[in-house]
Amino acid sequence: MAETSRTLYEKIWDAHVVERQEDGTCLIYIDRHLVHEVTSPQAFESLRSAGRTVRRPDLTLAVPDHNLPTTARRDATGQRIPIADRESAQQLAALETNAPAFGIRYIGDADLEQGIVHVVGPEQGFSLPGATIVCGDSHTAAHGGLGALAFGIGTSEVEHVLATQTLLLKQSKTMEVRVEGQLGPGVTPKDVVLHVIGTIGTAGGTGHVIEFCGNVFEEMSVEGRITVCNMAIEGGARAGLIAPDDKTFSYVKGRPMAPTGDDWDKALAWWKTLRTDPGAKFDKSVHIDAADIEPTVTWGTSPEDTVAIGGVVPDPSSFADPSKQKAARASLEYMGLEPGMRMTDVAVENVFIGSCTNSRIEDLRAAAEVVRGRTKAANVKWAIVVPGSGLVKQQAEAEGLDKIFIEAGLEWREPGCSACLAMNPDKVPAGERCASTSNRNFVGRQGPGARTHLLSPAMAAAAAVTGRLTDVREL
Amino acid sequence: MEPIREIEGRAIPFGAKNVDTDVIIPAHWLKTITREGLGRGAFETIRKDPANIFDSERYKNAPILIAGDNFGCGSSREHAAWALLDMGIHAVIAPSFSDIFSGNAFKNGILTVVLPQEQVDRLLEVAESEDIAIDLDSQTVTTPFQDRFTFEIDPFRKHCLIEGLDEVGLTMARGQAISAYEAKAGQQLPFLSGRRAA
Repeated sequence: MAETSRTLYEKIWDAHVVERQEDGTCLIYIDRHLVHEVTSPQAFESLRSAGRTVRRPDLTLAVPDHNLPTTARRDATGQRIPIADRESAQQLAALETNAPAFGIRYIGDADLEQGIVHVVGPEQGFSLPGATIVCGDSHTAAHGGLGALAFGIGTSEVEHVLATQTLLLKQSKTMEVRVEGQLGPGVTPKDVVLHVIGTIGTAGGTGHVIEFCGNVFEEMSVEGRITVCNMAIEGGARAGLIAPDDKTFSYVKGRPMAPTGDDWDKALAWWKTLRTDPGAKFDKSVHIDAADIEPTVTWGTSPEDTVAIGGVVPDPSSFADPSKQKAARASLEYMGLEPGMRMTDVAVENVFIGSCTNSRIEDLRAAAEVVRGRTKAANVKWAIVVPGSGLVKQQAEAEGLDKIFIEAGLEWREPGCSACLAMNPDKVPAGERCASTSNRNFVGRQGPGARTHLLSPAMAAAAAVTGRLTDVREL
Repeated sequence: MEPIREIEGRAIPFGAKNVDTDVIIPAHWLKTITREGLGRGAFETIRKDPANIFDSERYKNAPILIAGDNFGCGSSREHAAWALLDMGIHAVIAPSFSDIFSGNAFKNGILTVVLPQEQVDRLLEVAESEDIAIDLDSQTVTTPFQDRFTFEIDPFRKHCLIEGLDEVGLTMARGQAISAYEAKAGQQLPFLSGRRAA
């Protein structure tokens, strides 16, 4: 096995096999486990009732993010500001109790390091190239941007990892998504991944792990790669991967939990071998020309419902598949759109810049660049910028980005998942539209009846200042 | 986990494609810290329509759900499996499932049956008026009209479902192998899984 050509995924997989069963199911070792408040309470409760402990608390990190309000968390005297929603408060309290009770490091709601788990992991050097990383959250795929095998798991699996530091898994098939050529101006990593999902469909990667290959990803920043891998799950793939390179290594080096000294040297030597071998076979390959990718937005209620910003709302009857026609009709009714309408004529009342997809410093810089010297359009009622972590927030403030947003009439918030999903006070009202840098435009995702258009941070910023979906290249 | 062998009864002919877990259980139901009671929130948005299929008398207490392609895509929330179980669903039949959902379903003793679209279409039709039976031992789905469809299932999953095995307990019994891996990785990949003194 080791003698033959292998893909990056197969190399990481092979390095983590504890045992292989006859039927091919493998017991896979998990190097890093991120825990948040939503998908962990039942897992901790099961451990407790079975009298089980956490096998490797040192490989586990707990951070609250989904339920936290993005408004101030402490008053002037340092006292915690109570959380209005009783159930949210209860879930947050459960994590705050469970983590120390099981010996797990807990980053608290008002700590500088707090943030969205998928922003915190890479930022702290907890997430590393070549590692197996799991979290009870499907956007764990994000860490694949560092060259880690990272994927979301359910609560039973959270319990399994806590108790055993392993998972029973069948090896996935491999899929190559190769994007080559020159990206046009204004085309960002978010546009690339939206275009990919639009091309392969939301089930295109089911059963597969995607490796993103080609010069476009090689030239992309590490943060951009995290954005791309983050949305691998929207293409049906449980994980997305990009081979680590010198950019990755310098991104990781010196972070608080990153290896040092001899460990660093050993790590680097191994990481440099983590590339798909020439001649290794993928089960499936998709090739995309970078020149075909435009700034992209979604029109429907599935992340595969993408269109270039210069395009129009499609006619449902234009789809070959009858069930897709039906789904498109339902989507358009929910979204309140008519076939043939130009995307740039779609007015938005809300703008959300944030989420594990797009809340890192480069995202905020890109949005601030567009907003600078402009003001929020009169028809935009609510526009918020939510940094992915306290450290991102601190960095942005050091660069004066917060002032640019605030002067333009956008709100500057505390870190958390915010309006990506309707679990905290940041929600989009029913029937209203939101230009959102998040990852899902599902029915009700941003609040019951909310209408979501996914796009890049620069495009969201453009929508905030014009009050409609806008081609950022024309500003 | 309850062992399962045979599931027979009404089947809800839902049929929709790309049903995401936000549809199965919306986010505001995820604030619970227990597994119980989520059936009330299952398919909440669809059930706002009084004529919805899930509240139809005809499919009351149905143990089977028939869906379209890519069922359970999106969020990894296991609450989707808990919600289905709480509404009495013990098996879902569809042409394909998302990877995470099928794992979550299995771990809660819900059988996911993959059949080709034309067989699913036939079952959608039959389910309007008749019961459907699933036999895990023989890996078959049958109808009163003598339709008989066979399905594939991972042998390990089949064994766990039939015996009602607790996967965590099974793996904990492999503790020595895990320790051996940790010792080896501690040498080769100390930066990943090495144990070091705090």
